[in-house]
Amino acid sequence: MVTITLILFIFVASVVAGCVGALLGLGGGIIIIPFLTLGLGIDIRYAIGASVVSVIATSSGAAAAYIRDRITNIRIGMFLEMATTTGAIIGAFLAGLINPRVLYFIFAMVLGYSTIALFQRRHVELPEGVVPHPIATKLQLAGSYYDQVLQQQVNYISAGVYAGFGTMFIAGIISGLLGIGNGVFKVMAMDMFMKLPMKVSTATSNFMIGVTAAASAGIYFARGYINPAIAAPVALGVVLGAILGTRLMVRLQNATLRKIFLPFLLYVALQMLIKGIQG
Amino acid sequence: MGLFKGQAQKSSAQPFMVEDLISLALRIGVIVSSIITASGLLLLIITGQSGYPPDTFPTSLNHVLTGIFQLKPFAVIEAGLLILLATPIFWVAASSIAFLLRRDYSYTLISLYVMLMLLLSLFLGKAE
Repeated sequence: MVTITLILFIFVASVVAGCVGALLGLGGGIIIIPFLTLGLGIDIRYAIGASVVSVIATSSGAAAAYIRDRITNIRIGMFLEMATTTGAIIGAFLAGLINPRVLYFIFAMVLGYSTIALFQRRHVELPEGVVPHPIATKLQLAGSYYDQVLQQQVNYISAGVYAGFGTMFIAGIISGLLGIGNGVFKVMAMDMFMKLPMKVSTATSNFMIGVTAAASAGIYFARGYINPAIAAPVALGVVLGAILGTRLMVRLQNATLRKIFLPFLLYVALQMLIKGIQG
Repeated sequence: MGLFKGQAQKSSAQPFMVEDLISLALRIGVIVSSIITASGLLLLIITGQSGYPPDTFPTSLNHVLTGIFQLKPFAVIEAGLLILLATPIFWVAASSIAFLLRRDYSYTLISLYVMLMLLLSLFLGKAE
């Protein structure tokens, strides 16, 4: 039975997850799953269900503010969503066929790869020398936002559209498999391949992870993964945390955010690897 | 003509209507679902009962709907969560309409494809 203390505990942790998720465009699932499974010993299936809820809550809670501030690029988000939603459907069907131990290993690998990707981009503030992709020009995969920290209007256009689109398809499959929006992959695709400003990448990822997760949410609900006693405090906490996170994000440098998050990401990756080995 | 073109370019950099419609759809979804989920959670804490046998909860739309009318805490929570889970579908719908109103047909089609994928996945989930 789930006690009030446990509900409060999950709520507080979810506020943190929502805040970090909103800051980095990760969706909070990356924190919620290890917290529930490693921290509280909750069944991985319920943790995945709670994480789907967390991803959509982060996305919905953060997107309102990011869209208002024009940091989110709806066009780029919607364009890339074609790849992710298709991938998510494929991934969700694979999830029922793979045992939890394999999921831990996959999660450890995803996190390990994310850590390396983040480490390599730790000093980058704004992308330079961007060559616009022909499709980016044709489909207006471009935009402009005001950066509060840099105190300037930042104009941008997308580079490697094909690489970004392909990575998004894989991100969708992983999202459907693990019940996480896999914002890390999305942010990476936009930051590394499409060469968008980091804040645009995280905010657009935030918008997208909700849509991607919604594609597999119905399947998880029907399978009984969404346990209300666990998912309710997660949803409420994450929404609150995400709103706080958006207030913080516009005041921070991206380079600072990466450095703070790096050791944490590595730690969770190793924890998941150990869990996978122990079974 | 030149002036009109200038405005069109400006609006593509800051497409107010698309953004505001989606932002509104988001806010409504988040607020409504949070209120319902919180009410269900309060009911659960106050009554100390979920309304269902231990370790079980409703996993179909029908069970959630019948449970709500009996004010079963778990059914109320699930209803709130389902609204939250459906929120992104409303943004996609809102953006399809917004892009159509702006006569941006490429993005109307893109949004509709994403919408189709979302509905397909919901249908496939239900069919299992």
